Amino acid sequence: MKSSLVVFLKEVRENLRDKRTVINTFVTGPLIAPLIFVLAFQFGVNSMLEKAEKPLPVPVVGAANAPDLIAALKQLGMDQKPAIANPEAAVRAQNANVVLRIPADYGNAWRRGEPAQVEVIFDASQRDSDQAADRLRNMLKAVDARVASLRLLARGLSPALIQPIAIADRDQSTPQSRAGIMFSMLPYFFIIGIFIGGMALAIDTTAGERERQSLEPLFANPVPRWQILLGKLSATSLFALVTVLLSIIAFSIAGHFMPSEKLGMTLDIGVRFTVLTMIVMLPLGVLLACLQTLVAAFARSYREAQTYLSLLMFVPAIPTFVLAFLPYKAQAWMYAVPVVGQQAAILRLLRGDPVGAADIALCVACSTVAAAIVWVITERIYGSERLAISA
Amino acid sequence: MIEVKDLHKAFGEVKAVDGVSFTARDGEITGLLGPNGAGKTTTLRMLYTLMKPDRGQVLVDGIDAAVDPVAVRRRLGVLPDARGLYKRLTARENIDYFARLHGIETPTMHARREQLIDALEMRDILDRRTEGFSQGQRVKTAIARALVHDPKNVILDEPTNGLDVMTTRSMRVFLKSMKSEGRCVLFSSHIMQEVAALCDRIVVIARGRVVADETPDALRRQTGVENLEEAFVKLIGTAEGLAA
Repeated sequence: MKSSLVVFLKEVRENLRDKRTVINTFVTGPLIAPLIFVLAFQFGVNSMLEKAEKPLPVPVVGAANAPDLIAALKQLGMDQKPAIANPEAAVRAQNANVVLRIPADYGNAWRRGEPAQVEVIFDASQRDSDQAADRLRNMLKAVDARVASLRLLARGLSPALIQPIAIADRDQSTPQSRAGIMFSMLPYFFIIGIFIGGMALAIDTTAGERERQSLEPLFANPVPRWQILLGKLSATSLFALVTVLLSIIAFSIAGHFMPSEKLGMTLDIGVRFTVLTMIVMLPLGVLLACLQTLVAAFARSYREAQTYLSLLMFVPAIPTFVLAFLPYKAQAWMYAVPVVGQQAAILRLLRGDPVGAADIALCVACSTVAAAIVWVITERIYGSERLAISA
Repeated sequence: MIEVKDLHKAFGEVKAVDGVSFTARDGEITGLLGPNGAGKTTTLRMLYTLMKPDRGQVLVDGIDAAVDPVAVRRRLGVLPDARGLYKRLTARENIDYFARLHGIETPTMHARREQLIDALEMRDILDRRTEGFSQGQRVKTAIARALVHDPKNVILDEPTNGLDVMTTRSMRVFLKSMKSEGRCVLFSSHIMQEVAALCDRIVVIARGRVVADETPDALRRQTGVENLEEAFVKLIGTAEGLAA
């Protein structure tokens, strides 16, 4: 075991001297995702909120047909623009987000008390256009409701007559759980962190060491190979987990830079989240380190190993996308599946939902068993004659 | 002492080593001579337990390599065919890493390292990272790290390969000093001059078999040829793969 420690310390020291590894593990890996998040939110949310508050510019065709309606819409925040020749083409070309067209017989229908048609011209496949149309539609509905009430009152009837159902929303989400939806990709970034953090070492300890022909002299030492492997895997796992920890810290800092009060949601990454996440990530870190080493051991060269491991990185993405886009309820069995269990646990923690000690124990236990199985396979491969031969 | 008894190793159809037996004694330099591809490296790899022989036995100081490979490696100092150093570590750190893997106490490690540094004349490169080392500097570092645990038995695979004349000369002096210290030195080479100049005993290997195992003088007598070079060619059957 002392030899494993010697190997471990040497691997840590050697890799800390490698600029590329250090930058990937401790800078790029953990920081890139939170940075993207903060920037995307700053830009996206701000522009969305700005639009919601700003007057809505709407070219109106046939404004003269309904001066009262236009005046009412202006009060509600519509910014009337001059009519344009071909509204359909303008919307498709994104020269206008939404155009309001009032037909010539609008006045007649209005006076007869029949539904008077107005046209909202928009393009649902353009997000800006769709949102603008929504806002315009809501303004029209507000005018519609007001006029309807006035007409009923004029006939001595209660406006409540045309409102048989009163809908009252009782949203059970909390600022934290709303954030959970937005940040459902976060567990994936943590798992990617493990991959990036462990990649350089997993390759270095197998294909890399063989490529620079240092494996054969190393194996000539009176140390059983499994002890060498144990030291190397410990170093790989350490780098991987440090990357995850830095990633969590980076996200907790990033949370402060997000416009959470405007969003009505908070990204709350505290000590409890960090500790529990690290607990469930610990066996996964070891499992993935073993897996990466196993895959890299089959590669003939450093480059080949890099290619294999980059492909391997997409595997944990699959459950992430499924869990992120399919509505699901965390089931007990999910905690038993490595990667899926971590995702489920982290998502619940993010939402501020309670995660039972039994669930966490199941998650850790099953990932540990999986890590042990992959360890046994990796050890067997590492012990093979073929591995050591450089040429 | 290293005893090799009837070693066999095949890679698929190719019989790389096909019944090799010899003994390398303490206080002697034993040369493993053969053309490229004769099975020298594979034989040595089985000695330091990197490979398992299909058949046969390896004994190092009486310990069976198949029974206790770790104990065998403890008694061996090995300069393998692959001499890769850790390029982000200094020469000193490379040496110390192997010393620690041998479980040597720090004071002993320091003393032994200093001794080797002087013997190999490598003090000037000691604290440089090994990236960018010349071939000679690399071999010196690799040898120092292989011998830092003061092994009784030393195995060197083509130790002078790629070295310039001066370094080759100092390497020969170093091999002789190890012999005078009473160690069992076994090295492989395809260079006849070198084997002739250094060895107490020459084991000639061709096509995976031992074709001669004699002192240089006996070898001349056996083949009836006075010139050693002619003797080798006669033994191996061809001059191909040998260098003078």
